[in-house]
Parts: sequence; C-alpha cells; structure tokens
Amino acid sequence: MHSADGSRPWTFYFFAAFFGLFVAFLYGPMVVIYVLSFQGPTGGMTFPLNGVSLHWFDALISQSRVGDIAGSFQRSIVLAAVVAVVTVLVSVLAGLAFRRPFRGSAFAFYLAIASLIMPGLFVGLGIALTFRLLGLPTGWYSSGLGAQLTWTLPFGLLIMFAVLGRFNRSYEEAATDLGATNWQKLKEVTIPMLLPGIIGVALFGFTLSYDEIARTALAAGAKNTLPLEIWAMTTNVTSPTLYAVGAVTTIVSFFVIVVALTSIGAIQRRRSRSNT
Amino acid sequence: MTSIEHAASLLEEAPPAENTGERASWLQVAPMVAVLALFFGLPMLVVLVVSFFDFSRTDIIPAFIFDNYVDLFTREVTLRLYASSIKFALIVWAITLLLGFNIAYFLVFHVRGLLFQIGLFLLCTVPFLTSNIIRMISWIPFLGRNGIFNQALQGAGVTSQPLEFLLFSDFAVVVAYVHLFTLFMVVPIFNSMARIDKSLLEAARDAGAGRFRTVFEIVLPLSRTGIALGSIFVITLVMGDSFVVRTMSGGQSASVVSALQNEVAALQYPPAAASAVIMVIIVTLMVAGILRLVDVRKELAR
Repeated sequence: MHSADGSRPWTFYFFAAFFGLFVAFLYGPMVVIYVLSFQGPTGGMTFPLNGVSLHWFDALISQSRVGDIAGSFQRSIVLAAVVAVVTVLVSVLAGLAFRRPFRGSAFAFYLAIASLIMPGLFVGLGIALTFRLLGLPTGWYSSGLGAQLTWTLPFGLLIMFAVLGRFNRSYEEAATDLGATNWQKLKEVTIPMLLPGIIGVALFGFTLSYDEIARTALAAGAKNTLPLEIWAMTTNVTSPTLYAVGAVTTIVSFFVIVVALTSIGAIQRRRSRSNT
Repeated sequence: MTSIEHAASLLEEAPPAENTGERASWLQVAPMVAVLALFFGLPMLVVLVVSFFDFSRTDIIPAFIFDNYVDLFTREVTLRLYASSIKFALIVWAITLLLGFNIAYFLVFHVRGLLFQIGLFLLCTVPFLTSNIIRMISWIPFLGRNGIFNQALQGAGVTSQPLEFLLFSDFAVVVAYVHLFTLFMVVPIFNSMARIDKSLLEAARDAGAGRFRTVFEIVLPLSRTGIALGSIFVITLVMGDSFVVRTMSGGQSASVVSALQNEVAALQYPPAAASAVIMVIIVTLMVAGILRLVDVRKELAR
C-alpha cells in the first residue's frame, strides 16, 4: 500500500526494519558457525577466535573418533540424487493427473497430505516394524529411500499444484489443433513449459533428502546417512569439528541451490528473449 | 445430420472420452499412490496392529492386548509429556503466526517490483533448504554460558553474571523451533495474500478505513487459508518433533515423541506404537479443528 505520489508510508520502514531483523535472525547464527569453523587448534566452541586455521576441517577427515563422515557423506549424496530423480518422475506425473477430475482424486490427495504432516519418526517406526515383521533387513537404500519418499513426493505434488495453477493450457490446445499426438504434446509443449517447476521439484527432492533425519532415523539400518552421523556427533563431539561439518554440508546445499536457481533463471531469460 | 442427431452422437461418444481421461489420470497418479501405500499406508497400519502386541526384552510377540494403552493412560508422565508438547506447539504457533503474517504482508504489499519480491522471498526460503540440525546447533555459540549473548550483555553491563537459562532450556527450544519453522507459516500466507485483489484495499481506504482496520477486516480474513495451512504445518512439526527438544533442552525437557524414541531405543516397540497411535489421533483432531474453521480444499481449488 502506498500513496498516489509514490512516497512510502511510515509502515514501510517499520516493516523493512522488521524484515531485516528476521533475515539477521535466519542467517546470523549460521554465519557465526562458518566463521567459528576456522577456529585455531586451541579454540573452543564460541568466540574469541584463537587464531585462524583449517585444523577442524582436517580433524573431520583424520580423526576416526569423529565418526564416519566421508562414508555417510557419500551415502547421503547418492540417496539424495536417487530421491530427486524418483520425486521428479513420480510427482510430476501425479501433478498432471490432477488436472482432470477423476474418481479417487480426493483419496490420492489426502493420502499425500497425511503422509506430509505425519510426524516423521512415526513413519520411520512403521517402516522399521514392517521390515522387521517381513523379515527384511533395513538399509538406507531400501527402507531409508522409501521413508524419504513419503516426505518428498507430497512436497513435489504441492509444488506441481502451484506450477500447474499458473500454467496456460491454451498452448497445449493449440498443439492438439495443429495435430500433435498426446506424446508429442507432452514432450514438445507441456514438459518444456513446466521445466522451471520440474527443476524446482528436483531441488526440493535433493535437499529435503540430503537433510532428512526424522523419517530416516529408525529406517536407515546399520549405516548412517550424513544428518544421522551429525546428530550422533552433537551428543559426543564438543569441538569446532561440529561447525566444520556444518560448513561443509551447507556448502553442498548452497551449491545445489545455486545450480538449480541459475538454470531456472537461464530458462526464463531465454524465454523472455524469444518472446520479444 | 440434424443438430439433434449430432448432439445425440456427441452424448454417446462423451462417456468413452471421459473414461480414457480418467484412465490416464489413474495411470499418472498410480506410482505416487503405490509408493505412499507401501511406505506410508502399510507401515501406519502395522503401527496400529503392533500397538496391540505383547513384547519381551528383545522381541515383539503377536497378541491382541490392551496393556500398552492401559499403561499409557495410567502413567502420570503421559499427561506431563502431552502438556509439554502442547505448550511448545502453542507458543511456537503464536510466534510464527505473528512473524509469518507480518513478513508475508511486507513482501506482498510493501515490496515493489516482481524481481525484488522474488529475491526477498528466496532469501527467506534458502535456509529451509539447508540442514535443520546445523541450523539448530548454530544457536550454541550464541546462547551458551560464554556465548555471544552473554558476552554482549556482560560487556554492556546489563548483567554481571552470565544468564544460565539461554542454552539447554525451554527458551532455547522455542528459539530453535521459531528459527526452523517460521518459513512454513510465511509461504502459505504469502500465497494467500498474493491472490488478494489490491483494488479491494484501495476501496477500503477510499471508504475511510484506517490501516489497521483494513488489515483486520480485509487482509486477515482473505489470508485465512494460508494461516490455516501454516498453522497445520507448524503444529504438526512441533508436536512430532523429538530432535530439537532433545538437543536444545540438553535433555532437560521431553516431548511425547522424544519419550517414544527412548522406548524404541529400548526395543519396546508395542508401547511406542501405542503412544504413536494416540499422538496421531490427537494431532488429527487438532488438524480437523483447524479445517473446520477454514475450508482449505475449497479455497485451494480456486
């Protein structure tokens, strides 16, 4: 809301300050632990910095008492990539299904919502019990994968709803009028138009899996994923190593976010160029 | 062909066309339903069944007994755990709602330019895509006994002793929850507010409504879907949490789910399952209560 002459009302400055504080609240603590991860070898868990070093990053790899960081990191990356691919395939398809009315749509919708808001630990407990009763061993690649999909698929579906809600169907109708088959229409019109949204679904699938803990905790089996390894560290590691692992895992998250956002941005720019 | 015949032939053709559309939808939605049935529906049924099982020190024994529920309802600690979980849920809900509403309001009604709006929105979203545990432990250097807050307070001469209640306390738990979950309130409310026709606000102002009256009588009611969805997210996340409450309270506070996690660690699956069943019933009632107030599905379909 602003007045006709374009000047800002006093509330704007109030809200802007409020928003600035919120952003500081969101990022401040994270920035601090990245700084503290470069703590000198004699430094502790908080300020002051006793020199600057890579000591704690080195400890991450060299000290076995820290845990299996390298192994769990590899597992988490592989798992996140698989979850991202499955989430894109399954939830994009499901999103397309909801564009027409069909019997059972309410059931499918509520199943997804229930799966989304169910406390994660309960899902993990259920999966662990199911595997136990069936006599199957749990593992991060089987029960762990399934547990994470109960979280990422509903999320992917909701993102698809948001994307499809803004989707202009007249392009698809034009394709049909021009004689395109259903497959051609999907490949040449629908998917390219939805591509930014699909990248968004992949981004969420990857990062939600990479950081997931509640659902995975009881379903991951003998070998930990990275968040579970970090969780174990919080109870027995009281050194800046904890911050070093935080810095490393956040760099990975940021890398994935930047790749996804720049590719979405590149698609949008190409589109706006070809439209003019 | 007369027009009536034409219409009749269309009617005859219509049902099959609709059927193929429905069949296509079923095929498209089938993979999602299959995965969720296998890894969510079935496991939840198993939890329900196991909640009636018996157990020994190492094993679960198929049975149909109500002991797990009787134990749960007769233990005094149950009520305390629920009181603790509900207390956290209400406090965090109130704070995140206040923050989320104001942030969404700022982004929708005060920020000019779509690009700038998207940029600020992403600024709020990015931390959500990073590790929750790391964001949680990033409060340790702030809140600790020799942490940044205490250093600053003592440096400014506000206190002479470090404040002990900051870390490993209910206060720390609430701070971490608000830090982790406010976004779940911002995004749905932002979505609702973005759909409000700006001319409504101008009309209200032209009719002489003040700033606050416009917010309370126009923006607030029209954002109710977002508020309801955000509330469902925040309440279920807090009620279902065990990791934050364990870490940030330093083991001093417990929640229903953290107690359940202890039972699982002790291999007491049937009592844990019974506890989960009761918790799901209570959370479902809370969600149903919110949905009674706001018909979310009708408004999502708009």
